[in-house]
Amino acid sequence: MSKKLRAAIIGPGNIGTDLLMKAMRSEWIEPVWMVGIEESEGIRRAREFGMKVSTTGVDGLVPYLIEDDIRIAFDATSAYVHADNSKKVNDLGVIMIDLTPAAIGPFCVPPVNLQQHARQLEMNVNMVTCGGQATIPMVAAVSQVQSVTYGEIVATVASKSIGPGTRKNIDEFTRTTAAGIEQVGGAQKGKAIIVVNPAEPPLMMRDTIHCLTETEPDQAAIIASVHAMVEKVQQYVPGYQLVNGPIFDGNRVTIFMEVQGLGDFLPKYAGNLDIMTAAGLRTAELFAEEAASGTIQLPARG
Amino acid sequence: MDLTGKKVTLHDMSLRDGMHAKQHQISLDEMVSIATALDEAGMPLIEVTHGDGLGGTSVNYGFPAHSDEEYFSAVIPKMKNAKISALLLPGIGTIDHLKMAVDHGVSTIRVATHCTEADVSEQHIGMAAKMGLDTVGFLMMAHKVSARDLLTQAKLMESYGANCLYCTDSAGYMLPAEVNEKIGLLRRELNPKTELGFHGHHNLGMGIANSLAAIEAGANRIDGSVAGLGAGAGNTPLEVFVAVLHRMGVEDGIDLYKIMDVAEDLVTPMMDQIIRIDRDALTLGYAGVYSSFLLFAQRAEKKYGVSARDILVELGRRGTVGGQEDMIEDLALTMAKDLGLSPE
Repeated sequence: MSKKLRAAIIGPGNIGTDLLMKAMRSEWIEPVWMVGIEESEGIRRAREFGMKVSTTGVDGLVPYLIEDDIRIAFDATSAYVHADNSKKVNDLGVIMIDLTPAAIGPFCVPPVNLQQHARQLEMNVNMVTCGGQATIPMVAAVSQVQSVTYGEIVATVASKSIGPGTRKNIDEFTRTTAAGIEQVGGAQKGKAIIVVNPAEPPLMMRDTIHCLTETEPDQAAIIASVHAMVEKVQQYVPGYQLVNGPIFDGNRVTIFMEVQGLGDFLPKYAGNLDIMTAAGLRTAELFAEEAASGTIQLPARG
Repeated sequence: MDLTGKKVTLHDMSLRDGMHAKQHQISLDEMVSIATALDEAGMPLIEVTHGDGLGGTSVNYGFPAHSDEEYFSAVIPKMKNAKISALLLPGIGTIDHLKMAVDHGVSTIRVATHCTEADVSEQHIGMAAKMGLDTVGFLMMAHKVSARDLLTQAKLMESYGANCLYCTDSAGYMLPAEVNEKIGLLRRELNPKTELGFHGHHNLGMGIANSLAAIEAGANRIDGSVAGLGAGAGNTPLEVFVAVLHRMGVEDGIDLYKIMDVAEDLVTPMMDQIIRIDRDALTLGYAGVYSSFLLFAQRAEKKYGVSARDILVELGRRGTVGGQEDMIEDLALTMAKDLGLSPE
């Protein structure tokens, strides 16, 4: 039996397709199904990649979950339908990785708390936001050294990389990211800002992370912690780069990052989308690794 | 130019855009005394918010002396006739901030986006309109797009529920012909009931000329700031503009001597630096860069030894937009490295 866990991707849009392309290279995940609600470009692409497809939503997938031994589902649709999708697959013992802003399960930022979620066999984990994936590891890198009273991030993304869903509910980005800075990053208070920039050629995703430490920052320890965390993120997002910093100004610690995508299906400048799909896949892979090593027991199937 | 008999609504920015020039440190007493004096002078609308709008309080833009709640609570009960507006930039402020502002008595909400990104404002404009507020769509850095593209974005905001649309010259880059073309097209193509406004910066000394061009082309709301207190070289200086409007026979309802006195006796004395077109402010206007970057670039110059003008020109070249203040220190560090300067 293969060590790979078999997976379904719900949502054949840009994110779903990029995730599919990454998953096809994975040593731990085998994508099998692509789920849409109608015939579409994305469904056609998935078929070309040899996927089984549903054009009738998750209901079209459910009858095959056991038969095809699907263990992981990725939801790349929208917050509105996520809870419903999640329940349907969870009921059959499929772990849900939520790339929507629904956040009904705990936040997951791989280098910070994925191990813990995997060990507890969380059946639904949420990938926060693109800005959260890019910045929360840095807040955590500082808060692992000393207490952070306030963490603030500014994510600047190319206009072309932000879809209509995010645009219609941009408050959700700021709220969810701020909550992630607190719950996963470890800052006592979090704040998130997003700036959309239409420059041509499109600019690469940029992130600034400001932390205010409770006591004078231990510069050497923070620098070491930040560099170590950058390397951890680079394992699944090679284009995650420290541009400047950490710089220190009183109790302020500031870190400037840039995120270049792999350019699988999404353009390279859309590091914000790439880091979501890469983090989602990394999450699935760790569940697979833990299951293969026997650390966790996947839900039994009769 | 004949503007005789036209009516305009002036909107004072000294207590919001002026917050940039004051690094958001205006005291409650200063807010109240200036707003009260402006009310007394007949100013119909006064904006009170963090320089970067509701929720702007941050490491990135600066922590203010007081929260927006505190400013509203201090100022709004003192107003006899003037209405108080608040600015909101989606991505920085949220619906929660908007509701807070309304709970405190704010009656005009101005939702600001970069001139190509109007669709991030749908939920905020929609909510403000639903709450029955005077709802303004504020298209920033309007010099970056053609009149046609600006119209497309303005139509989006109008469709979400904005009853007034602004052509906002955030960089103080525009010249009167461009203002005339843009406002003119908006006036011809938007709903005739939709009001139009112009927000200028004085970086090329064109604040007054541009505002007149806007009125001629159909704008009826004009932003300015007493004594020009605002980002960059400041906004259109209102006391000067009022004098010009009075000479031209435009009705604005303002008492000229009273507003002159507010500028001279209250606003000018509280300036941290004289608001003028120094070489860096001039660079903003010439290179088309967001005005509130000025003090950040000047601070980066002091800290890293890279010229503020060079930083601003590079920010313009990279197509930075409002809100990217974090880019300034980042860029200064990179430029210092490239120049072989070792930061501190």
